[in-house]
Amino acid sequence: MTKALSQENGFIKPGRQKRSSLGRQEAIWGLLCISPWLLGFILFTAGPIIASFLISLTRWDIVNPPRWTGLSNYVQILTDDKDFRQALKVTTTFAAVSLPLHIGLGLGLSLLLNLKVKGMNVYRTLFYLPAVLPAVSVTFLWVWIFNPRFGLFNYLLSLVGIEGPAWFLSPRWALPGLIIMSLWGLGGGAVIYLAGLQNIPPHLYEAAEIDGANFWQRFWRITIPLLTPTLFFQLVMSLIGLFQTFVSAYVATRGGPLKSTLFYMLYLYQKAFGSLQMGYGAALAWILTVIILVLTVLVFRSSALWVYYESERPRR
Amino acid sequence: MAQSDKSQVFVLPAQPGLTAVRPAGRARWGRHTRRVVGHIVAYMVMTAMCIVFLIPLFWMISTSFKDRGQVFLWPPRWIPDPIVWQNFPEVFRLVPFGRFIINTMNIMLWNILGNIISTLLVAYGFARLRFPGRDIFFMLLIATMMIPYQVTLIPTFIMFKLIGWYNTYLPLTVPAFFGAPFFIFLMRQYMMTLPLELDDAARIDGCNYLQVLYRILTPLCIPPLTIVVVFTFIGVWNDYFGPLIYLNDAPKFTVALGMVMFEATFYGTVNYGLLMAAGLMSVIPLLVLYYFAQDKLIGGIASVGLKG
Repeated sequence: MTKALSQENGFIKPGRQKRSSLGRQEAIWGLLCISPWLLGFILFTAGPIIASFLISLTRWDIVNPPRWTGLSNYVQILTDDKDFRQALKVTTTFAAVSLPLHIGLGLGLSLLLNLKVKGMNVYRTLFYLPAVLPAVSVTFLWVWIFNPRFGLFNYLLSLVGIEGPAWFLSPRWALPGLIIMSLWGLGGGAVIYLAGLQNIPPHLYEAAEIDGANFWQRFWRITIPLLTPTLFFQLVMSLIGLFQTFVSAYVATRGGPLKSTLFYMLYLYQKAFGSLQMGYGAALAWILTVIILVLTVLVFRSSALWVYYESERPRR
Repeated sequence: MAQSDKSQVFVLPAQPGLTAVRPAGRARWGRHTRRVVGHIVAYMVMTAMCIVFLIPLFWMISTSFKDRGQVFLWPPRWIPDPIVWQNFPEVFRLVPFGRFIINTMNIMLWNILGNIISTLLVAYGFARLRFPGRDIFFMLLIATMMIPYQVTLIPTFIMFKLIGWYNTYLPLTVPAFFGAPFFIFLMRQYMMTLPLELDDAARIDGCNYLQVLYRILTPLCIPPLTIVVVFTFIGVWNDYFGPLIYLNDAPKFTVALGMVMFEATFYGTVNYGLLMAAGLMSVIPLLVLYYFAQDKLIGGIASVGLKG
C-alpha cells in the first residue's frame, strides 16, 4: 500500500502503470471500507450459522464441555416432543390467521390513506404511530385492555350485549387476543403498500377511465397487478416476522394458559436460555429456519405466477 | 363550468407522486357531487377508524392518571376524576426507572455512533469504489437481510459468554460497529444517486478516499443518516430480546426489561395505574421522536418496501 501511495505522488511514472496502480489502490481501499461488514458477516452470521449446526449435534449446557450426540436432538424433536408440536401448531395457526388479516386490512387501510383529501397526512401519522411503540409497553397495555373483569375490551363488548371471554387467561381466547393485538400495528404494513400505490403512474388510471373502466375494474386491473411486487415483499417479510413472534407472547402470557400460546421462539427460548439446553435449542432453531426457508422459497417460486414487474415483458 | 368544477375537485395542490384515484379528466355533472359524497364518506370512515386506533393509547394515558380505586371501576371511567399524578413519582420510587433510562441511552449512543461510522464506511465502499468481488459481496449482504435471527442466536450468545461479555453492554453495542445490512443497503442506494464527479474533483484536489467520504459525501448523506439514527433509536429503545438474554443484574436493565421486572413485582394483582404510567413514560420518547421524524420514518420504510 505504501508503494501504491508513493506511486501516486510520483508523477514521473508512465500513465498506464499509474492508472493500474490507482486501480489497485482503489481496490485496497474498497476492501478496507467494507471490511467491518465483512468481519461482522464472518463473526456474527457465517460463523454462527455453521457453529449452530454443529452445536445442534451435541448436548451442551455451556458449563460442562459439549457431548457429541449426532442427530439425536433432531430425532427427539421430530418424534418425541409434544411441546414442539404444540409450538409449531400455535405458530402456524397464528401466522395463517394473521397473514391474510394483515395483508388484506393493511391494503384496505393503505387505499384509504391514498385518497386525495385534505389533512391526509394527519391520518397517515396517526395510523402508523402504534407500529413504532415499544412492544413491551404495547403488550402490557393490551393485557390491561383484555383484562377479563375491568378491561376496556370486555366493557365495549358488554355495551353491545356480548359477555367477553377471559382473553389471556383462557386457553381458547389467548391466541385470538394476541392476533387482535397484533392488528394494532397494521399501519406498519399500510405505509409500505401506500408507497407502492403512490408509485403507480396516474396516467394508467386516466387511460382506463377514458376507456370507461369503473372503480372495481381499475382496482383489479391496474392497482393490484402493479402492487404485486410490494405485496410480494410484504408477504415474505411478514411470513418471516410472524414465525418469529416472541415478545408479545413472552410478556403477555409466557406461553400459557395450558401452552395455548407457546410460540415457537418462546419454546426455543425456554429450552436454550431457560434450561440451558444449547444443543436442543440450536436444533429447534435449525428446524424453524428450514421451515421459514421452505415457505420463502415457495413464495418466491409462486411469484412468477402472480408478481408483475413493469420492467419485464408482459405475461399475457 | 368545467373550470370551477376542477378547482373544487383538486382540494389539494397536485402533489408529485400522489396517485389520482379518480383523475379529473372530463368534468361531468353528477361526478362532482359523487366525488364530494365520496370524500365525506372517506372522512367519516377514516375518522372512525382513527378513533378505534387511538382508543388504546388514550386508555393508557387515562389509566396512568388514575389511582387504584379508579382503575378497578366498573363501568370504567374514560377520563380520570380526580386526575392523579402520584403514579409517576411512585414508579421511580419502586424501581430505578431513571437508571433504566440512562442505561438505555448509554446503549443507544454507542449503537448510533457505531451504525453511523460502519454504515458510511461500508456503503461508501460498495457505492463508490471498485474492487474485485464487490457485486458478489453486495448480493451476500442483501441475502443476510433475510436470514432468520434465531439460527445465529445460540452460537452468538455462547461466543459472547465465553469471552466474558455476558452481563455487560458489549454484546448489545459492539455489533453496531460492524454495520447492519439494512442500513448499509439504504445508504449505498442513496450514495449511488450522487454524481461521481464529486469524488473525482476532491481526489484531484488531493483528498484521499477517507477524506472524500467524510468531507464530501457525508454532508450530502444527511437524509439517509437521519433514517439510520431514527431507526437505531427505535430499535434500541424497543429491543427486549437482546437485553433479556445478555443482561442479568437489575441495575443494568434497560427500560423495556425494567418494565417487565416492574410488572413482576406486583405478584398477581397488578396496579395498572402504575404499570400504565411506566408504559407511558417508555412511550413518550418515541412519541417525541416520531413527531419530529415522521416523514423520514415513513419515507425510509417505504423506500425499502419498494426495493423488494
